[in-house]
Amino acid sequence: MSRLVRMDQTGHTTVAEWTAEDPVSVEAAVGAFRAQLDRGYYAVVSRGEGCAEQVRELPLDAQLVILRRPIAGG
Amino acid sequence: MSPPGATAPQPPPPSPRPASPPAQATASGALPELAAVFWRPRVSDRSLRRTGRLWTLFTVGQTAPFVLGAAVLAWLRPVLAPVSVILLVHAWAIPELYAARGAGVVRRARHRDHPAEPVALGLLGDLIDHYARELHSRTRLVLERGRLGIWLVGEAGALLIRPGGRRVHCYCVRVPDPQLPPSDRTAHLLLALRTDETGFATVANLAFSGARWRLRRRLPSDRREALDAAGRARAG
Repeated sequence: MSRLVRMDQTGHTTVAEWTAEDPVSVEAAVGAFRAQLDRGYYAVVSRGEGCAEQVRELPLDAQLVILRRPIAGG
Repeated sequence: MSPPGATAPQPPPPSPRPASPPAQATASGALPELAAVFWRPRVSDRSLRRTGRLWTLFTVGQTAPFVLGAAVLAWLRPVLAPVSVILLVHAWAIPELYAARGAGVVRRARHRDHPAEPVALGLLGDLIDHYARELHSRTRLVLERGRLGIWLVGEAGALLIRPGGRRVHCYCVRVPDPQLPPSDRTAHLLLALRTDETGFATVANLAFSGARWRLRRRLPSDRREALDAAGRARAG
């Protein structure tokens, strides 16, 4: 089961869960993913030790996709 | 407090990192936040070296007149020795104030008792290895190896210990959302750093660049432990 997680004031919130074999869950996850991107979140997938990739389409094979807010110089 | 290294586990040896990606790959994986600082040239290993040298020159330029003035006064009129001492104190204080500003980027969180912190801590823990998790539990800083050096990522800033371990760059960078628990803030910065290291250093504001020993004196004891661990990780 793959998860789309948003970092927010609750620590994190699971926005969607899907399995590649279940088209209904995939469709729901893709919709939720796009909605979060429209809200200004960035989606990041961990790609092994010390590497992450920002994605604009939901990677269906990823176990965990994390949504983060933009950062800025302090 | 026991000396650093006496109780703390030794960091694992640096894992082999791939060579710098080609420019095209870097551009496609660029942090979108770079658009907000489009006027800044992208940070590179070379630009960091130049920045370090400029910081040193700038600091010397500010302190040298005080030292020179103190020497001249004491030579011309020994009775003015107290004034020379005051000038020397000024010369000493200027780099110390800069270092204190650098240390401020990894200051303690104001919302450590955020109700969602345990949940956020769990997610952050999933992103880092056992050693970094253990270090974070004691110091609240995440140790991350990068191509530019060893990073210590906090909730509102990051320290970059350059190869060689003598110079540290202190960056002020944050998530502009006051509702987030501290560990989520760290996770935000960590993920941005992992996505685009040079882009992260470009977006962040440089607060200080100088000697590690000078910064270390200005850090709270727990943060010093993280800085020492970063030094050992570099050596390892």
